[in-house]
Amino acid sequence: MRYHFSRKQLCIPYAVFLTCFVIAPLVVIFYYAFTNGEGRFSISNLTGFFTSGNTIGTLFYSILISVTTTCVCLLIAYPVSYILARSKIKKKAILLAIFIVPMWINFTLRILALKEVLSMLEGNLAYHPFLNTIIGMTYDYLPFMILPLYTTLMKLDNQLLEAAYDLGAGKLETFIRVTLPLSLPGIISGVTMVFLPAMTNYVILDMLYNNTFIMGSLIGSYFNAYDWHSGSMISIVLLMIILIITWATKGFTEKEPEREAIL
Amino acid sequence: MIKKILSSSWIGIVLLFMYSPILILTGYSFLDTPTIGASGNFSFQNYITLFTTPELMEMIIGTLTLALQCAIISTILGTLGAIGAFYSKKGMRGFVSASNQIPVVNADVVTGFSICVLLIVVFGLNKDSFIPLITGHVVMATPFVYLSVIPKLKQMDYNLYEAALDLGANARQALIKITIPQIIPGIVSGFLLAVTLSLDDYFITTYTKPATFNTISTYVVNATRGSNTELKTALWALSTLIFAIILFAVLVSNITTNRKAGEKNGRNQI
Repeated sequence: MRYHFSRKQLCIPYAVFLTCFVIAPLVVIFYYAFTNGEGRFSISNLTGFFTSGNTIGTLFYSILISVTTTCVCLLIAYPVSYILARSKIKKKAILLAIFIVPMWINFTLRILALKEVLSMLEGNLAYHPFLNTIIGMTYDYLPFMILPLYTTLMKLDNQLLEAAYDLGAGKLETFIRVTLPLSLPGIISGVTMVFLPAMTNYVILDMLYNNTFIMGSLIGSYFNAYDWHSGSMISIVLLMIILIITWATKGFTEKEPEREAIL
Repeated sequence: MIKKILSSSWIGIVLLFMYSPILILTGYSFLDTPTIGASGNFSFQNYITLFTTPELMEMIIGTLTLALQCAIISTILGTLGAIGAFYSKKGMRGFVSASNQIPVVNADVVTGFSICVLLIVVFGLNKDSFIPLITGHVVMATPFVYLSVIPKLKQMDYNLYEAALDLGANARQALIKITIPQIIPGIVSGFLLAVTLSLDDYFITTYTKPATFNTISTYVVNATRGSNTELKTALWALSTLIFAIILFAVLVSNITTNRKAGEKNGRNQI
């Protein structure tokens, strides 16, 4: 039979690749999470996670760090994006680029810089581990919050604001009842881009001498101890959190992924 | 007036927060002191150390080589995948675009760990073969190539492809001469995104890399744990260089896009 080329066939390599290296690894960690060292089915990893005070404490500490980081980022980034989007200066794109540039510098090098400056200011980093972690996370993830907020605020229709003023709304009321609801997709996509990495990026804690574990550090320590079963269970818990967040924000986010706008 | 002052000062404060660490580090990379805040004399010693220490050069070249290799593989895989999925039936397209989303939303820690478990624990692949490392980086980067090519396919003029077929081109020729040129911007931005993602990655790298191999990220993290100040201050020089290169690239791309936009406006006016 003669070989017929068709464009559909082009996705076969990628489909095979996705099956082998995206789907299969997830299946494997599911298997590992629910088996013990002898390869028998076991839920001891699961019960171990939810009954150990250590792991539950870690989960809560991660959530605390994530929530604080996300709020701080949002509070800093919203005014910045708002000012940038509403300003009338011509070279807005350049100003935005200045805010986005740090995203392209290797994050470990940036945290290294931050660490040196913080040690200069505080003398010893060990005195304020939580504060330093929040500063580090904010420093790292701020551009990821600014970009989606800026994108949605740029799309905001000026006529809607004028209509609100004409209908007698004050500036504050217009902001709360028009601008804020319309920028919700940007807020949601910014929050998802900050919240999850903040739960898992344990390198920032390591580099800033915060010895408390977050969810990511648990995986790291199980990896170092060759404990694949417990590590897989933590991965599954993280996957569940991701799934819940994705499901909860599904209705709000825009179809097009924001990250493609980076370049 | 007050509003204007307030908003400019907010922008200023945030920029100060974002840039002062990098700029202070840049300044100190030209001094001979290992402590930030101390005074020192002007010196290129950090840059000399950076370029003459084999360990550091190996690490930099290794990181760049890895990023380029992975970006090339990701770009080919992702572009072909996007074209294929775009013309496939609903089921196939749904499968590819849904599984493509997984590494995007998943935490890097989980992606890296799961690939490590599959390739190294289950299949027993040797880490030193670099296969797990390259696979991990390709898994991380390809979805973003796919996502930057798909919108370009949607914007494409479908008639051109049909016209090429009518004029006697076969499917392969039409693909190479008509489809690919139209989606080139998406492919290029996907490639650049893949390079930056690979350069920035720490977690997937740690879980899959050979024990003796280091990328910039893993090297920096190890160096902050160690006590070798000479190598530590050489990293300040490295971060200065990277900062300068990125600043230059952004400047150039901004100027060229502005010029392009200007040309377009000019044409519209005519």
